[in-house]
Amino acid sequence: MSTLRSPFRSRMRALTDHAVTGLAILATLIVVTPLIAIFAYLVVKGAVSLNWAFFTQVPKPVGEPGGGMANAIVGSALLLGVASLIGVPIGIGAGIFLAEFGRGTRLANAVRFTADVLNGVPSIVMGLAIYALIVVPQGHFSAFSGSVALGIMMIPTVCRTTEEMLLMVPHAVREAALGLGVPNWRSALSITVKTASPGIITGCMLAFARVAGETAPLLFTALGNEFWSSSLNQPIAALPLQIYEYALSPYDDWHRLAWAGALVLILLIVLSVALVRYVTSRGVLKGAS
Amino acid sequence: MGVSIQVTNLNAWYGANHTLQDINLNIPANHATALIGPSGCGKSTFVRCLNRMHETNPVARVTGSVRMGGMDIYADTTPVEIRRRVGMVFQRPNPFPTMSIYDNVAAGLKLNGYSNRRALDEIVEKTLRNSALWDEVKDDLKKKSGASLSGGQQQRLCIARALAVDPEVLLMDEPASALDPVSTSKIEDLIFQLKAQYTIVIVTHNMQQAARVAENTGFFLNGRMVEFDSTHKIFTNPSDKRTEDYITGRFG
Amino acid sequence: MPDIRASDIPAASPPASSPGSKPAGADSALPAPLTEVSAQRRFLLSRGNSALADRVFKWLMVLCALSIFGIVVLIVWQLVLRSQLTWHAFGFRFFYQTFTNPDSHQPMYWDPVNSLFSAVPFIYGTLVSSFLALLMAVPLAVGTAIFLTEMCPRALRGPLAFLTELLAAIPSVIYGLWAVFVLVPILREHVNPLLTQWLGWTGLFNNDNPTGLGFLAAGVILAVMILPIISSLTREVMSAVPHAQREAALALGATRWEMIRMSVLRNARIGIVGAIILGLGRALGETMAVTMVIGNTPEIHRSLLANGSSMAAVIANEFTEAVSNMHLSALIEIGLALFMVTIIVNAFAQVLVWAVTRGAPAQTR
Repeated sequence: MSTLRSPFRSRMRALTDHAVTGLAILATLIVVTPLIAIFAYLVVKGAVSLNWAFFTQVPKPVGEPGGGMANAIVGSALLLGVASLIGVPIGIGAGIFLAEFGRGTRLANAVRFTADVLNGVPSIVMGLAIYALIVVPQGHFSAFSGSVALGIMMIPTVCRTTEEMLLMVPHAVREAALGLGVPNWRSALSITVKTASPGIITGCMLAFARVAGETAPLLFTALGNEFWSSSLNQPIAALPLQIYEYALSPYDDWHRLAWAGALVLILLIVLSVALVRYVTSRGVLKGAS
Repeated sequence: MGVSIQVTNLNAWYGANHTLQDINLNIPANHATALIGPSGCGKSTFVRCLNRMHETNPVARVTGSVRMGGMDIYADTTPVEIRRRVGMVFQRPNPFPTMSIYDNVAAGLKLNGYSNRRALDEIVEKTLRNSALWDEVKDDLKKKSGASLSGGQQQRLCIARALAVDPEVLLMDEPASALDPVSTSKIEDLIFQLKAQYTIVIVTHNMQQAARVAENTGFFLNGRMVEFDSTHKIFTNPSDKRTEDYITGRFG
Repeated sequence: MPDIRASDIPAASPPASSPGSKPAGADSALPAPLTEVSAQRRFLLSRGNSALADRVFKWLMVLCALSIFGIVVLIVWQLVLRSQLTWHAFGFRFFYQTFTNPDSHQPMYWDPVNSLFSAVPFIYGTLVSSFLALLMAVPLAVGTAIFLTEMCPRALRGPLAFLTELLAAIPSVIYGLWAVFVLVPILREHVNPLLTQWLGWTGLFNNDNPTGLGFLAAGVILAVMILPIISSLTREVMSAVPHAQREAALALGATRWEMIRMSVLRNARIGIVGAIILGLGRALGETMAVTMVIGNTPEIHRSLLANGSSMAAVIANEFTEAVSNMHLSALIEIGLALFMVTIIVNAFAQVLVWAVTRGAPAQTR
């Protein structure tokens, strides 16, 4: 170790240390730059293209200026609503199974592993599978098939966060409910799930936000639609689909609409998350953790 | 009103661990009975067998019989039903954190489907008064969470929660071990008042506490009940050498 | 055992309590003894044991859990079923065969009109763009993680971590939009000419593509997209390294970098590899952003500035326009292959991350 004491070595060591620090700071700056760039572009380009018509009108035919994405906003809302109706109950149910009934069993491990597999399925493959499962037998593209694709993609996230949050509920609380002679199902729903509900809701919102911007699973299921539609049985427009289509179009007017759509989509995601946070934080009693 | 409890040949296991061995015991109605012994002697397992909480652990097993008011709780009924008749207070206060004080007290009734609001209001007030907590919480009944109270208040809230279903037996597993001396003395006062009305079984590692609140005391050691007699006799003239050693602090 | 009768019980003395310890509600004194069964007791006695409801509830939850199996099985079954056509026509050759264009005698891979299908250019495109992305993202992600866990002032740590996580919340199609209108022009005007000028001799940067699209553009946008996942997982495994390890190194007189290298990186390295592989899994399956910038040409070029395609991109791009069953089947078979590869990659990564965060000591040297 005596060589380490030579002045040259120690100066080198100090220099390396500084150099690495500098590199780490540089890396962080490089990472933050595209983020800021993306948001700046979204806000600037999106804001100048946003107007009232964007929210109230359907797309105009090629060549006519103006038009909006009202149908895509409604379509996205419908798709996501139905998707949540499918994905949230199944996900929470599976999470309850993992945390309350399946602890340590082989079935639970298998379910956990399968959920991870499902989570890793590329979204485009999910689109293919739902196309084969629903669109082909039905004979036509539909909003319903798109909702199913998005709903299935929500399940793993909801399931795993529900399990994690339920496991964080202290054992003493479960015992208290059992000790009162409360039936299992009631204690699971009214005590354990309720105690864990802030975390479970956050998990559902994460799943929702992730799925809200998904485009690939909708390409061959919901397909997109230039016109008004609110039927589950018909092709339907969605913001991400519309952004994709307009971004690759050759028209400047549509490019501007795409930027506006992107801004609205991001705001929609952020707002829905914030709204749920706010609503769930209001009903909380003083002193509750 | 409380009922008496007759325990015959009770054995309990945690996995391969034989934690209770051949317990025979008669617990009289409407009195407080204390169970003492060094930690790990099986006294907590024993009370958990009296409301079938022991079996909530997947590796736990019980044999023998426990009769309450003429009914064998292991043969004639289900865990859910028996736990509605046998209230339990745990070592650490465990109020439901998401519920208000009111809802905590009403939980045993509400969660079992009782929905008469007027009656609930009355029951909550009465039990909180009986648990000596009413004056401290009456202004925040529905505003504050049960978890916002102090430790001693939380434990009295848990007692109120157990009493609100009007149980026949009240089991207390070291109810004051996590509390400060003032809160402990309040809990003891409470036990003293309640025992006229309920059969109380209290586990404690604090011999003075047993001497203060209980008419009868049982001494557990290594999963067996060594001696059961009136508290006075156990503490002044025990018939077993091991009890005497424990009482006088010669081991444990 | 003595049988205790009520008559045996001595009159108990009241507890020795000081006046201060009297409970506040003690004025209510002893509750009046009940002469009959109370209303709540009668009600509870009338309730059943809910055994049926409990059983139904449990089986509902089991059903939810089992449905996850069902979904995965259905997905695999459908993909296998509907790719039978190409599987029977080409077998495993689908993944390596090449054809020759009868006119130009150039290699050819994908000709839906003449029913010639080979997955080679798409596999190539997926691999090239993903590895390019890893090449750029890994140093940046690890550097950011080191900065955030070991160097960053406490006040900056939260917001910076939040910002990098925010990258993960941006939808793929918005990355694609940004790439098309901002990244690609920058590459085309400024970066690609420089690369050709300085590194053209490697053959990797022949700038004969006027669009700015291609493997490099796809790689860059993929790098931005997988940065957050690699960085946040790396941070997780790095903070799982016990503090004592760091202090031990510092106590020996190590500089901060030596401490990071000796205790943090060495202990966390398996987890970091897991994080990188998880990032790779994400990059392999990424669709929209890649489709928008890779150029969608089923060709193989050595130059990273050339147009190409990827497995996900060709599905997104051609599926709705495919008319022949063979074409559809070929696309679904590519989807099936993509599915299997991502599952294997993800499972491998999960095992690595799990081994570290579960505290299993990494002892293999």
